[in-house]
Amino acid sequence: IPISAVTILPPVKPDDGPQAFPNADKANLPVFTMDYPRIQIPFEITLWVLLASFAKIGFHVYHKITIWVPESCLLISIGLIVGGIMFSVHEEPPAVLSSNVFFLYMLPPIVLDSGYFMPTRPFFENIGTVLWFAVVGTLWNSIGIGMSLFAICQIEAFGVQDINLQENLLFATIISAVDPVAVLSVFEDVSVNEQLYIVVFGECLFNDAVTVVLYNMFNFVAEMPVVEPVDVFLGVARFFVVGLGGMGFGVLFGFVAAFTTRFTSRVREIEPLFIFMYSYLAYLVAELFAISSIMAIVTCALTMKYYVEENVSQRSCTTIRHVVKMLGSISETLIFFFLGVVTITTEHEWNWGYILFTLLFAFIWRGLGVLVLTQIINPFRTIPFNMKDQFGLAYGGLRGAISFALVFTLPDNIGRKQLFVTATIAIILFTVFLQGISIRPLIEYINVRRTNRNLDTINVEVHCRLMEHTIAGIEDLCGQWSHFYWKDKFMKFNNRILRRILIRDNRAESSIVALYKKLELQNAMEILDTVTGDISAAPSIVSLYEEKKSAAKPKKKFKAADLKNMHDILSKNMYKIRQRTVAFTGKHALPNDSQTKEILIRRHASIRRSLRPGSFQTTVICSHRSRFQQPARSSSRAMMPLRRLDTLQEAPSVDTLNENTGRTERGMSRTKSSSSDSRVPAPRLDNLRNGQHEVEEEEQPSSPPPAWVAEPRDNAAQNPLLRRPQWNPKKM
Amino acid sequence: MGASQTRSDHEHQHLTDKTGFSLEQIKNLHKRFQQLSGNEETISKEDLDRIPALANNPIKKQIIGAFFDKRNQHQDEVGSCDEIGFEQFLMVMSHFRPPTLKTTDEEKEAMRKEKLRFLFNMHDTDNDGTITLEEYRKVVEELLSKSGAIGQEAAKAIADAAMLEVASTNVPHMAPDDFYEGITFEHFEQILKGLEMESRMHIRFLDVDTTTMRCGKSTS
Repeated sequence: IPISAVTILPPVKPDDGPQAFPNADKANLPVFTMDYPRIQIPFEITLWVLLASFAKIGFHVYHKITIWVPESCLLISIGLIVGGIMFSVHEEPPAVLSSNVFFLYMLPPIVLDSGYFMPTRPFFENIGTVLWFAVVGTLWNSIGIGMSLFAICQIEAFGVQDINLQENLLFATIISAVDPVAVLSVFEDVSVNEQLYIVVFGECLFNDAVTVVLYNMFNFVAEMPVVEPVDVFLGVARFFVVGLGGMGFGVLFGFVAAFTTRFTSRVREIEPLFIFMYSYLAYLVAELFAISSIMAIVTCALTMKYYVEENVSQRSCTTIRHVVKMLGSISETLIFFFLGVVTITTEHEWNWGYILFTLLFAFIWRGLGVLVLTQIINPFRTIPFNMKDQFGLAYGGLRGAISFALVFTLPDNIGRKQLFVTATIAIILFTVFLQGISIRPLIEYINVRRTNRNLDTINVEVHCRLMEHTIAGIEDLCGQWSHFYWKDKFMKFNNRILRRILIRDNRAESSIVALYKKLELQNAMEILDTVTGDISAAPSIVSLYEEKKSAAKPKKKFKAADLKNMHDILSKNMYKIRQRTVAFTGKHALPNDSQTKEILIRRHASIRRSLRPGSFQTTVICSHRSRFQQPARSSSRAMMPLRRLDTLQEAPSVDTLNENTGRTERGMSRTKSSSSDSRVPAPRLDNLRNGQHEVEEEEQPSSPPPAWVAEPRDNAAQNPLLRRPQWNPKKM
Repeated sequence: MGASQTRSDHEHQHLTDKTGFSLEQIKNLHKRFQQLSGNEETISKEDLDRIPALANNPIKKQIIGAFFDKRNQHQDEVGSCDEIGFEQFLMVMSHFRPPTLKTTDEEKEAMRKEKLRFLFNMHDTDNDGTITLEEYRKVVEELLSKSGAIGQEAAKAIADAAMLEVASTNVPHMAPDDFYEGITFEHFEQILKGLEMESRMHIRFLDVDTTTMRCGKSTS
């Protein structure tokens, strides 16, 4: 900060009588000055963010806490403490949770985070249920709670007769907004079945939109003395406009973003910017037209993600994911934190009757609502919700930030605003603390149906596709369609038109192939991790695409050209491989595969350093045999051999390696794979060689490369599957 | 009209018990059958081949083949027929019935096994009870055939990988010279253990007649 910018105050005179001469006081150059007001706002923001983040670090120091007490509770507690401190020194907390700051700055990152990491396939499969619970459920809750509270208000003993029906409905709408942040992380940890997870997730997102619509509607209506039927009809129409309009805007911006990223290959550094700008723009434009901005940003993220992740570079992809998570996390942290702070520092108006009945009714109506709605929708579901699922759904209805912010934005002409504020805070604290803490033991106790997450195998993928095609075929055959038909049609449309326009490097790719490549990459990285010493063998495994230029003739040494080719291929492949988001992503953690990607990128750098032709000391390139001595693992992907999708030209380097290592390390790789249970021993490498080699040999059975001399023909025996074709060429 | 109606009703009643469809569903499927067969008593492979919507399906041959596969008739026969009647048509369709809220857990297990068996039969074209590498390769190739520029090697590679997965999960302690013959039905079940077949492999057979509701989709 340039000191010259500081205002230099003139010396203060004790009396202001006229001066005969200008004062001879010379203002010395100030060496050290302070100007707090100038930086006040950014400074305070930074301090608050840091404080909340320190709190978050603090929780994880003793991580047992976070298992039993959800983070939101902890944050609120810390907020309460800080609020207490501020209250005692009569400081006012920043007005963070009043309308504009919350809705324009704090809410979008959270919603973007939820939308971006939403697992799309389960979402679309369950979209009917999600919308049903979100829309109808919220309506049910709002109206039910509103009516019952109005009935209670009539009882004179509670002294709340001045709250009329519209105000009650308004209040009920505010507290029907569920915010299952804590619940989702519990569900995630316990691995509840996918349907329950996605319904709770989806309900949370979409009922925000519904709540905001209802809120605005009732707000408008609350100010009117008389409600006419035409207003109700208009309200319904408005709901559709808001919902569908939000989605429309979201999709539009999503496509524009995808299209833009098609051209960003030269400006990789700012690629993530587009994602954020377009999503935020979608949000703001929706706010401009007073349509559901939450739906807009969620649909924007959903639409965008699929296409953008194919267009942008690997680094940008990682950056985007990280930043989205980070912003979402900060916002959430701050919100809960301020919830605690503001609880202490606002004026409260407590009314035992009203508040207790609010709690009671909120609970009852949610439970009833889930029960009734599930009964109606179960026949339409392929996997019906059983009682345990319903319990999870009902009990998981925690209230959170949206309710809080909405109640603060109630117009002041509502007489009992303070009471509403107090009631909302009470219900939020109650649900977050009580239900949040108890939901985990309860879910585990009643043993909600779990999902089997270990389905990342080729076989499962192949058979999923097979089943889908079979079903689509049979449906066509008997002339009856269901959502497979639409999915099929959409995928065709997608492949033919959308992908061509929106993706730069368009190659329609089956999910089987994508999964295969992903598994191959993971295998490669595991090899990189298990190899001590030089990892010179690794690069040759990891190439998955064409455009290789090196010769097919086996050589004895690395040449510089080979090295360059390998590096080219590695970097190209790392660029091209996308890993699909794992179905579950933790609320507070990124998808796991980002870690492996980073490992590969770091390894790439170390490969460059460690590669020297002729100096291979790979001690861990084990023999193929040990593969079968591995104990059976639940994750059968461990046994994936590495195969190239095209003919391998890096074979030479591998052969030279093999010469050095021979077959001495049968069981050695086993000992190296101790660091994580997802490691597999290096024999993958040999499978690759074998497999590829056999692929080559099938085509040219007459000319085995000379480098194989070191390993006699029994390497063919290692791959039992290929043994037969190998030895009985007639059968091919 | 009256006489034939009651006769077919009677037959259909017999079929509801056998296949588990409701009378309405059977009637609709019968209409569809008539359409496909051109009002004959049996349909042949060519009849099914002619369905335009199936043309884009990568595993069209396997699906059609499944209808003519005797193993799907629950009668312990093997081999395939050239023509099938309505009853056989229904039997194959019954593999795709969804579970209702009333199905018990044993029934669900049985249905799951049935569906797995159906898929297994789709792979095992030579009826020897195991899926060999070539058979699996063939399936993967067909599956990937419509999805862009994937070469034959890719399909082979993927099939190999899949077989190895099965081998490793089911026979973990294979000696180096052992040869993994092929996937047996038990291994097949094992490898697809976690998959929720109920949600993926069923067709919601409608009780409403849809044959008249489609425009331009009739096959004859």
